[in-house]
Amino acid sequence: MTKPKIEPGDEVSGPILGIETSCDETAAAVLDANGLVLAEALLSQVGDHAPYGGVVPEIAARAHLAHLPSLVSGVMRQAGVAYAELAGVAATAGPGLIGGLIVGTGLAKGIALAHNLPYVAVNHLEAHALTARLPGLSAEPVQFPYLLLLVSGGHCQCVLVQAVARYRSLGGTLDDAVGEAFDKVGKLLGLPWPGGPALERLAASGNPERYPFPRPLLGRPGCNFSFSGLKTAVAQEVARHPPGSLSARAAADMAASFQRAVAEVLADRVAHAIEMAEGVRLVVAAGGVAANAAIRHELFAALHVRGLKLFAPPPRLCTDNALMVAWAGHERLRLGLSSALDFEPRPRWPLTSL
Amino acid sequence: MSQSSPSRRLDLPNVAGTEALAARVAELSRPGDAILLEGPLGAGKSTFARAFLRAASGDPSLEVPSPTYTLVQSYETRLGWVHHYDLWRVDNPSALIELGWDDARTSILLVEWPERLGQLRPQSALTIRLAHGEQESRQAELLGWPGRIAQIGMQKTP
Repeated sequence: MTKPKIEPGDEVSGPILGIETSCDETAAAVLDANGLVLAEALLSQVGDHAPYGGVVPEIAARAHLAHLPSLVSGVMRQAGVAYAELAGVAATAGPGLIGGLIVGTGLAKGIALAHNLPYVAVNHLEAHALTARLPGLSAEPVQFPYLLLLVSGGHCQCVLVQAVARYRSLGGTLDDAVGEAFDKVGKLLGLPWPGGPALERLAASGNPERYPFPRPLLGRPGCNFSFSGLKTAVAQEVARHPPGSLSARAAADMAASFQRAVAEVLADRVAHAIEMAEGVRLVVAAGGVAANAAIRHELFAALHVRGLKLFAPPPRLCTDNALMVAWAGHERLRLGLSSALDFEPRPRWPLTSL
Repeated sequence: MSQSSPSRRLDLPNVAGTEALAARVAELSRPGDAILLEGPLGAGKSTFARAFLRAASGDPSLEVPSPTYTLVQSYETRLGWVHHYDLWRVDNPSALIELGWDDARTSILLVEWPERLGQLRPQSALTIRLAHGEQESRQAELLGWPGRIAQIGMQKTP
């Protein structure tokens, strides 16, 4: 087994390689010993300029396998770092699609074994949770504890981040994740995949007050979420129009009204979550939906009136990437938390079971 | 779907009706079954799947996250393994092979957007087509399960 090169409390002794393959993105990155970015690369089927209406999700482990080795050697070359100089290798080990997880962790473990390096099996959600602490992102370093609002296609939850490896779930979605609602409403409005960014662009020219869509769970105790009913309400509004007759005006107004409903619900739920997380003054937003400017604005306003701060990493770090995996590896190795090489990838792996 | 497949229609007055139907179908399910859920967005496929998995596991508060992004979520239940697939993002049935489809066939399958299955659609499946009615109400059309379909929908939905 690997001998940890790092003792608890130490700074990390060298660069860290991070690998992300839990869903559609194949990504690799190298951070230096201080957590500054040396190199990063990301391949996604979901490109901004996807020329086809329906993008084929890169669900095949085969696709990760085809791209990952060259991506990793590319970032290592770009970083100017030899494998033996690394302080550790980190890979997303869950939650996610098992095929991709096996490819990413397999390569990471192989590198760790070959060069006698510590290996870190990273929880994808923890990587999102810790991204805000990446050096250089904010003027003041983000300190524990803080409230994490994780809002993406696959996840929707409020988590109290107490320390590395210490999380308390305050609430989550009872049905759809919010990003999923964005994508599905986008599809209803005839937008290309992924629906989230396209819907945000369409909403920019729409009237957010035209359609009084429901605000599920608004004002209710706790900070659970529900988006299924909102999605259904939009579907029913769209269904009132004969196929093909939805005007550009109506589509934009629906997009804007839907986005407003989501933003108001998220702001309300976060306000409740903050009350549950005694003493916490900072909210960190992460995940693809946190890249939405209207949502950020609504959250900022709702927290500002309560004297609370909102921090959201730049959009490219809100969505899946390997920098966050390398950084989670850095945070864990600094505490001496490496993983055994027989750690199995976990398709389901709640933050609260780290 | 062969033409001789039996079918029946049920009116589901509200969400509880969809949930009661799901619980009844779960009671009648056994390893090797496939339950295919068709219908437009918002018709109640996910509601059905959640209620089915909660009934199958005997845990009324079981968390059932949508598998739209992970494509499949697996649950160990009182009925054995149940694999909950959501094929909304899948355009090519061959991708299913990499999602463990062949191995999963010996367990219970719960499939949303089964239209994407193409040739892989199991002949012996129970297909449930959900459609919007007025407000909360839904209609369910059931096809398949010649030996068991008559036992579904006998109960009064709340």
